[in-house]
Amino acid sequence: MNENNTNGNHRVSTFATKVGHAQMLKGGVIMDVVTPEQARIAEEAGACAVMALERVPADIRKDGGVARMSDPGMIREIIASVTIPVMAKARIGHFVEAQILEAIGVDYVDESEVLTPADEDHHINKHKFNVPFVCGCRNLGEALRRIAEGAAMIRTKGEAGTGNVVEAVRHARTVMGAIRQLQTLDEDELFAYAKEIRAPYDLVKQTAELGRMPVVNFAAGGVATPADAALMMQLGVDGVFVGSGIFKSGDPVRRGKAIVQAVTHYNDPKIIAEVSENLGEPMVGINLDTLSEQEKMAHRGW
Amino acid sequence: MTEKSESTIGVLALQGAFLEHVKMLRRLGVQAVEVRKAEQLAALDGLIIPGGESTSMGLIAERWGLVEPLRQWVHSGRPTWGTCAGMILLAERATGQKRGGQTLLGGLDVTVNRNYFGRQVDSFETDLPVSLFGDVPFPAIFIRAPAIAEAGPTVEVLAQVTASNGETVIVAVRQGALLATAFHPELTQDTRWHELFLEMVT
Repeated sequence: MNENNTNGNHRVSTFATKVGHAQMLKGGVIMDVVTPEQARIAEEAGACAVMALERVPADIRKDGGVARMSDPGMIREIIASVTIPVMAKARIGHFVEAQILEAIGVDYVDESEVLTPADEDHHINKHKFNVPFVCGCRNLGEALRRIAEGAAMIRTKGEAGTGNVVEAVRHARTVMGAIRQLQTLDEDELFAYAKEIRAPYDLVKQTAELGRMPVVNFAAGGVATPADAALMMQLGVDGVFVGSGIFKSGDPVRRGKAIVQAVTHYNDPKIIAEVSENLGEPMVGINLDTLSEQEKMAHRGW
Repeated sequence: MTEKSESTIGVLALQGAFLEHVKMLRRLGVQAVEVRKAEQLAALDGLIIPGGESTSMGLIAERWGLVEPLRQWVHSGRPTWGTCAGMILLAERATGQKRGGQTLLGGLDVTVNRNYFGRQVDSFETDLPVSLFGDVPFPAIFIRAPAIAEAGPTVEVLAQVTASNGETVIVAVRQGALLATAFHPELTQDTRWHELFLEMVT
């Protein structure tokens, strides 16, 4: 385990530094980018980090086939082009992709259902890495299982590449509702609850005591407008990932800036109204009932 | 303590770890408010600029006309504490800025090296000796942290750290009513930096 990594009397890449980094991203927007130019646009729009990938989820959906980690050379170019943190995606269970991303200096790895899973039984043992991980969830049990494996940040899965916020809302409400329910249970009932949601008891207890998950929780998957972003913030998430929503829209610069402003001022409808004006065409959305169960990405991972 | 509990501290809440500061201040019995608009500054006795992304905070502040009011606040000698990104914003000079430069408030006569300690995998915890606090070191958490490369003559150095390259750099300073730390006291349970800042306010 890397908790023993030392450098002189410095303890490097401890869990506190991993969770702490996610805390610094709060109240911010993390944007999917596929080129250094897009990364610069995201930085200028006020993104607190970028997610470097070869194809945004909407294109992964369209193209089909196996979706893998992006070209490390392309990720390096994005790292060199901006000063904000750079994240990148590895396939679920593909710990060698994660090792590569760590080696090239990525700041956060997203073990992501947007890519084709590489292991149908095991997620990556994230404790083994110096680089921190963010993982998707649909409910509290799934989130706490990922944290037990070493994830230092959680996001809702939503349904990536659809421009439809309905699944992100469902997942955020499910997690928040479970946390509220958890706080009404007495100590004895927590054991049964932990068993029911298949999560480690100590993390369930910690969540009950804190009244929130022990790590930062962002929204992801289908956020396309400033109003979508503010909606997720008002539902109680700490920040927002925007995937295809920005660079698949008519005016990425304006829309990126507007979503950043809406996340800061999520409780101020007048400001959200002002930034929502004249943004041009949003990405074309997909209604989820037109997607078959096979086509849904949120079911990947467990 | 009664004096302290009567003062109101604002925490700039544009982006980043502002809630952690708010919680810490409330634990100390102080009124704490999240600041997102210029008109809120008038009612404050002190201001904390938290950790987060300094570029995001600068751009959001610009969008809502907060930069000039914040500059006036800092330059008129009102008590201000910047942690990490906040330290960068308070610096007169910064290296390692984004392309095209970035918004700084200035006021603190230092040159800050942004992300001096490297990328996220280089982030670390250390027991930091702080002579002001006596024998018990401070549990300091450095996350993609900046460091102060040069400090002017009126700047009081409060803590230094030796980096992995063997260089010793400044990581905490005070200059008049300005306080700056490259690390994150708000992520710990140790309230000594917050208490120090409250003494500067009252």
